[in-house]
Amino acid sequence: MSEQPEMICGIEIHQQLDTKKLFCSCESCLCDEGEGSYYRRLRPTTGETGEVDRAALAQFLRGLGYRYQCCGGSSCLVDLDEEPPHDVNAEAMETVLAFSAMMDAQVVDEVHFMRKIVVDGSNTSGFQRTALVSTDGKVEVNGKSISILSICLEEDAARKVDAADGEVTYRLDRLGIPLIEVATGPDMRTPEEVMEVALRIGTLLRATKRVKRGIGTIREDLNISIPGGARIEIKGVQELRLLPLYVENEVRRQRMLLKVKEVLESRGTGRAVFEPVDVTGIFGDCKSKVIKGALADKGRVMAVRLPGFAGVMNGDSGNLRLGAEMAQRARTKGVKGIFHSDELPNYGIEREWVDRLRESLGMTGENDAFAICAAGGKKANEALAMVVDRANEALDGVPEETRDPLPDGTTKYSRPLPGAARMYPETDVPPTPVTRERMEEIRANLPEFPEEIERRLMRDHGLNAQQARQIVRQSKEELFVRIAEEFNAAQVAATMFLNTYSEIERDGADPDSVSDETVMEIFRMLGHGRFAKEAIPSILREAAAGRTPEEAVGILGLEAVDAGEAEAVIRSIVMEREEFVRSKGAAAAGPLMGPVMEALRGKIDGRKASEILAEEIRKIV
Amino acid sequence: MSYSETLSKRLGSIGATEGAKLSVAAGGKKYTGTLMPHHDFSAEDVIVLKLKSGYNVGVRIDVDSRIEVLERPIPRERTEASVEPRAGLRNLVLIGTGGTIASYVDYRTGAVHPAFSASDLINAVPEIREVANMEARVLFSIFSENMDVGHWQELASAVAEEINRGADGVVIPHGTDTMGYTAAALSFMLGEVPKPVVLVGAQRSSDRPSSDAPSNLLASARFCASGERAGVFVIMHDTPGDDSFAAHIGPRVRKMHTSRRDAFRSINSPPAALIGGDGSIDFGPGRQVSRGKAVARTAMERKVVLLQSYPGMDPETFREIILGSRGVVIAGSGLGHVNGNMVPLIKEACDAGTVVVMTSQCISGSTNMNVYDTGRDLLSAGAISVADMLPETAYVKLMWALANSHDAEEAKRIMRTPLAGEMGDRRTIDV
Repeated sequence: MSEQPEMICGIEIHQQLDTKKLFCSCESCLCDEGEGSYYRRLRPTTGETGEVDRAALAQFLRGLGYRYQCCGGSSCLVDLDEEPPHDVNAEAMETVLAFSAMMDAQVVDEVHFMRKIVVDGSNTSGFQRTALVSTDGKVEVNGKSISILSICLEEDAARKVDAADGEVTYRLDRLGIPLIEVATGPDMRTPEEVMEVALRIGTLLRATKRVKRGIGTIREDLNISIPGGARIEIKGVQELRLLPLYVENEVRRQRMLLKVKEVLESRGTGRAVFEPVDVTGIFGDCKSKVIKGALADKGRVMAVRLPGFAGVMNGDSGNLRLGAEMAQRARTKGVKGIFHSDELPNYGIEREWVDRLRESLGMTGENDAFAICAAGGKKANEALAMVVDRANEALDGVPEETRDPLPDGTTKYSRPLPGAARMYPETDVPPTPVTRERMEEIRANLPEFPEEIERRLMRDHGLNAQQARQIVRQSKEELFVRIAEEFNAAQVAATMFLNTYSEIERDGADPDSVSDETVMEIFRMLGHGRFAKEAIPSILREAAAGRTPEEAVGILGLEAVDAGEAEAVIRSIVMEREEFVRSKGAAAAGPLMGPVMEALRGKIDGRKASEILAEEIRKIV
Repeated sequence: MSYSETLSKRLGSIGATEGAKLSVAAGGKKYTGTLMPHHDFSAEDVIVLKLKSGYNVGVRIDVDSRIEVLERPIPRERTEASVEPRAGLRNLVLIGTGGTIASYVDYRTGAVHPAFSASDLINAVPEIREVANMEARVLFSIFSENMDVGHWQELASAVAEEINRGADGVVIPHGTDTMGYTAAALSFMLGEVPKPVVLVGAQRSSDRPSSDAPSNLLASARFCASGERAGVFVIMHDTPGDDSFAAHIGPRVRKMHTSRRDAFRSINSPPAALIGGDGSIDFGPGRQVSRGKAVARTAMERKVVLLQSYPGMDPETFREIILGSRGVVIAGSGLGHVNGNMVPLIKEACDAGTVVVMTSQCISGSTNMNVYDTGRDLLSAGAISVADMLPETAYVKLMWALANSHDAEEAKRIMRTPLAGEMGDRRTIDV
């Protein structure tokens, strides 16, 4: 990386536990299909003053509803909010207590579950059950102590599977899966450090042996700010390797916004006023597809003036991009997008219409700008109101907000930063006492720390430090030990986990989708001489594509050859190059190893092939 | 929900009242937070603090702990907006009785209040004002398991009073546990009531976003405002979804599930109406609204018992109870049977003037005492059967019949005569 941005970042990690659900006895696994569904609505409840939040109520009265799909073994009446929660899952509670002890955090004397109000439909009850278990912990990462503000035990939300007009469909399988939420202090200063800390906490979570693995089972929220910027929350990052990129991009975005502020300040730009103008008449004969489409749909083209905002919406060779922020905000009102004056003429809106627009809006000054939106009249107005709001926020720099991570490492606007959560006691769940004796017992039986596992792997299985660390990072230590002990193949296994897994991942497949039992089967077949160790990468690739090792061997034509067959193959390769062999003598072995392995890869051990080759060459010279 | 005596004393001595902001150092830990009420299942030496993050935590207090009051609680005010009635809408009266539908958690302190006032309920469902003019009064604030015969009587009188004062319908939020009994009691006490009287409950309390209280209330208001049906009804969810509701005939409804939203089912009879989420109503047969006066005949004979027969039932155990009652309802097995060794005791009671009524613990289906020997023996002993009437309804009706008749024979006649749709001789085939 070229730059070390000055930044402040804290993270929140949500890790699913591999137990039954937190408040019922359902299996905590996901289903491919939902069966049957129920329609529900969530009404904003009266607040502390006995009054209903007007904005929330207005949204409710607009009619948004939710449909909940049920799933055989992994949803029940509790998940559907048709039965009170059962007692908290003991194994999940034990895990979070042990993890708290590992983080050296202060565990509360009595754990009280709360209802955190969430009315986006992702919880059938309208709230998430969550409890603060411990505070003030720490974790050491690369010699630096990172503070752990809180460790909570909570339930995961339902999965959104569909959204149509006025109705969002959720599946209940994920709802209620226990999550450990770990929140760090704002202690990280570089994108790499953010990833290192996340990695370390993830490894410690896995050390409890009670966490789920795989995509979606661990999610990170990032809280990022730069000096002069504002706290931005990026919610729900699933891919650890993208963490530094999100951080870098967010730092860059905040710097860009500070630059925009500087430009606007230097110009003396004031707040834009939201006065939408109907400019539909101007566009009667416009060729732009977007405009034609909207007009054909009985929409209008609305415009707003943005005096003093020219050049910051898309300017300085694409370095200032306030326009993108305005468009994201506008889209929350259900429009496809907006056009702003920095990007016109373009998209089929020729110079002629831009000039007409400027004239009719009276936007003739050097820095005068405007934005238009073509959609249903009311929608277009709502979207442009967002545009004006967003433009005005730029005068103050960076607005606090929650952003959604996108797969390319950037983020998009999601909603304003939530206010203080409304929480009230979950009266249906009795508090869990945590006695000093219980904590002492937990501390005395803590799970093995990653460093201890590494030392054990080095001591018992002859791995070097780097191999041991990598295997622990991949959480493959148990599988590794099984392979090493059952098949006496520690080095082959180490090579597979270190090299083959990352190669397969680079090719876009997921080696972790191969079950432990399948990997064991591969080594069992290797032990029986069904193929040579060189074939492992190809077989694993096939297994990652969903095939059994047996099928893989068939597809790859890997049935091992016996020494006689191998000799015949190698002899013919040597004979074909007799001239060359005679001229080079024993030194011909090196260049000939390539064609030999090409013919026999995976069918015979490499060393054995090398021996036969040397023997065949010796016969000739 | 108050703290143990020791803790209360200690907190009181430094002026730490609920809602006060405290700094607490205990067991090597330090917390700053607002003092919450004691949780029923919390340990005796634990205080509950709400931290700035909104989380509650329990902190164990011992002699070495230090508690300091940082801020005193700020009292809060609640305002109630009054709303002018709108012309052209029907006028409904809401009579509050308590229960889940009216229970309420205070967000600031976390305490559970038993009474969410009747007007709070209406305020929580502002769209109800588009359906009808709503006026609210609170009669009781009790959970329905504590509802008694006296409450039924008071409630029936209040309903009649409101109707005679001009209400087009009465909506009664009620705890669900015994709502079926109250519905039966009102059905007999109010007889040919000229307007709709709807009992409505909730299986999820009103403080939750997912509560079924608002939608049940709205469906009840819509049913009453339709002006199509008179009588006593129970309106609740018809499925676990918030888009279907059923109006059940008062004496025909039973709570058939401990927790589901659609716990209330019509037994041995279809519901009186199905109400859609969009407000559409599909009416079954029923009595039309009329202009007459409401009359509450509230007299009840309290010496009535409801027994369930079971294998091994010993007549000696029940001898005193049965002979000491003016009325006995037995939820018998199958078609309406008891162990044969109970028959002599039942005969003795009948001979002494006690009315013994057989119903079935099968709940669904009708009694028929002609099929087996025991049934015939019971009839010969003097017991009567009441077709497909629910045991709970029979119990309530028998109290009413005995109080509103001159002798046992008349009471029996009343028991066998359908008065409020509580029994029928025809059960359709579900296809």
